[in-house]
Amino acid sequence: MAEIDNATLLEWYRQMFLIRQFENQCDVLYKEKKITGVYMHLYSGHEATGVGAVAALRPSDHVITAYRDHGIALARGVDPKPLMAEMMGKRTGVSGGKGGSMHLASREHNFWGGYAIVGGHLPLAAGIALECRYNNTDNVVLCFVGDGATNNGYFHEAVNLSAVWDLPVVWLIENNGYGMGTPVDVASGQTELHKRAVAYNIKDMGRVDGQNVIDVYNVTKKAVDYARKKGPALIESMTYRYKGHGVSDRSYDKLAELAEWQQKDPILVLQRYLCQKDECIEEELKPIERKVMAEVAEAVEFAENSPVPAYEDLISNVYVEG
Amino acid sequence: MADKNIPMREALRMALREEMIRDESVFVMGEEVGAWQGTHRVTRGFLQEFGEKRVRDTPISEMAIAGAAVGAAMAGLRPVAEIMTINFAFLSLDAIINHAAKIHYMFNGQFKVPLVIRAASGWGDQATATHSHTPEPIFAHFPGLYVGCPATPRDAKGMLKASIRDDNPVLFTESIALYPKPGPVPEDEDFLLPIGKGDIKREGKHVTLVTYARGVEWSLQAAEQLAKEGVECEVVDLRWLRPLDTDLIFESFKKTNRAVVVEESLPHYSFGSEIAAQIQENMFDYMDAPVKRVSAMDVPLPYAKEIELMALPNAQKVVDAVREIL
Repeated sequence: MAEIDNATLLEWYRQMFLIRQFENQCDVLYKEKKITGVYMHLYSGHEATGVGAVAALRPSDHVITAYRDHGIALARGVDPKPLMAEMMGKRTGVSGGKGGSMHLASREHNFWGGYAIVGGHLPLAAGIALECRYNNTDNVVLCFVGDGATNNGYFHEAVNLSAVWDLPVVWLIENNGYGMGTPVDVASGQTELHKRAVAYNIKDMGRVDGQNVIDVYNVTKKAVDYARKKGPALIESMTYRYKGHGVSDRSYDKLAELAEWQQKDPILVLQRYLCQKDECIEEELKPIERKVMAEVAEAVEFAENSPVPAYEDLISNVYVEG
Repeated sequence: MADKNIPMREALRMALREEMIRDESVFVMGEEVGAWQGTHRVTRGFLQEFGEKRVRDTPISEMAIAGAAVGAAMAGLRPVAEIMTINFAFLSLDAIINHAAKIHYMFNGQFKVPLVIRAASGWGDQATATHSHTPEPIFAHFPGLYVGCPATPRDAKGMLKASIRDDNPVLFTESIALYPKPGPVPEDEDFLLPIGKGDIKREGKHVTLVTYARGVEWSLQAAEQLAKEGVECEVVDLRWLRPLDTDLIFESFKKTNRAVVVEESLPHYSFGSEIAAQIQENMFDYMDAPVKRVSAMDVPLPYAKEIELMALPNAQKVVDAVREIL
């Protein structure tokens, strides 16, 4: 694997830092009741998985995920302004204020959305991948899958379909240890989730340290190349959610476990690596961080100043007209 | 161009074949649609004619059939997914209702879902409780989806072609009992019947029979019998449960001031309930009698023929209902 240049690593640092800042801001705004609703699932802790995996794609490739979707949208390059506006239910949001936190999407970025029915987006990924094969485009689909989704029927049916139709899908399981509140070893007979690949005779890419953006990138790149030429591949990325299942969780009492994972925080891991590699680079990190913080502040301002949707928005796009 | 006298299954096959020839992005997928030649023979010969790319046999995976068809449609293809019978579509409900019907709205128009899900539907032939559903009204409950249910071979062709060419998701059900029944079908390759437009299948002035799919046949038989007694029934075939052609119902009702709803489905929270509500809300000043409903009995369908038939609607039950409100 060729060494990744500093410019690329700094860009990944920027993206991960952006996601963290964006999510921290969402958390604050939720507590201030500027973001409302019952559902918001923050990506804090997962940054290396989202950024590393999405970095392995071409712009023409496709990305789809579940409801913990803010970080994936940002990693795909969607502007934080309409994302923040969507959180606040504004008309300028990516989904016009009709989707909310769990239903972000951007067609122009080939980001096909966040989906809130566990496993529901998996067959959608298979269908999008079918179009790639059907029209011989050689694009691939990267489908993020929560560990909890591996136990519902959608996982079995969609992954099996990808196998029998040789679809160019990379199934990336984000194993953060819990499906809502249930630990993986309570929910899954086989806790090494990547081994599910064996059942479908698809490429098993094994487990990757989901806190290390370079490792995630490398394994996803291999999986994407494989999917482009041959067929489906499956990765299990080991990570952790810092803010619990969702913002409306009543308590999050796994503080010891959280502290342990924060020792290998994905942003810290990359920072350490960069500084070890090149002492001077620390100088370059601060301006990146300042720029990101300004960008997030601008996004909040944009969202706050945006109009709320109106009656015509309520009734539009139920059907395609004409 | 002349009409051809063919059974409904052949009319559907003609429609699907013409659309596949017309548009490369149209393809079929489902259980046994290819090598088996289609459980109901609607895709007979397709694998040989169009090849494996466009005639895709699937595993027995109803969640994935519907869900993958949604994804393919979002990506720009025009899938016609077959769910072998509507009974199995209960396994696809999430993909149909939460995704096919909502994606265009939920992402504010960023994606379209030009999808047709075809499913054979209907009671009878001792198929028993789990294989005898006509649950079209359940699907028609949800905005974002169209629901089409043809009653004749001609309608089947025009409605299916319109569904395939439309940019919205359509659940298209085909009565198993109607598959073998013949009728005249236009050979015109651009014969389309507009989505959401019903049809007067028989004109009359005394009672309006509001119905769709297999109910049209029972209604026409009842109208024939009642005509001998001088009672003229108007048979309104709605063709689509969504969008609902309420104008057509109201126009007829203004003339007759009486209505009987005839449906193959169950009575509670049903098509009949909806039509009765629409009439009383909008046509109260024109009402000369309560709206009567003829539907299946409120029981699961049993195996034994004698009691199975008791539970089903038929022409005589329609005649009896009409007599009650004259």
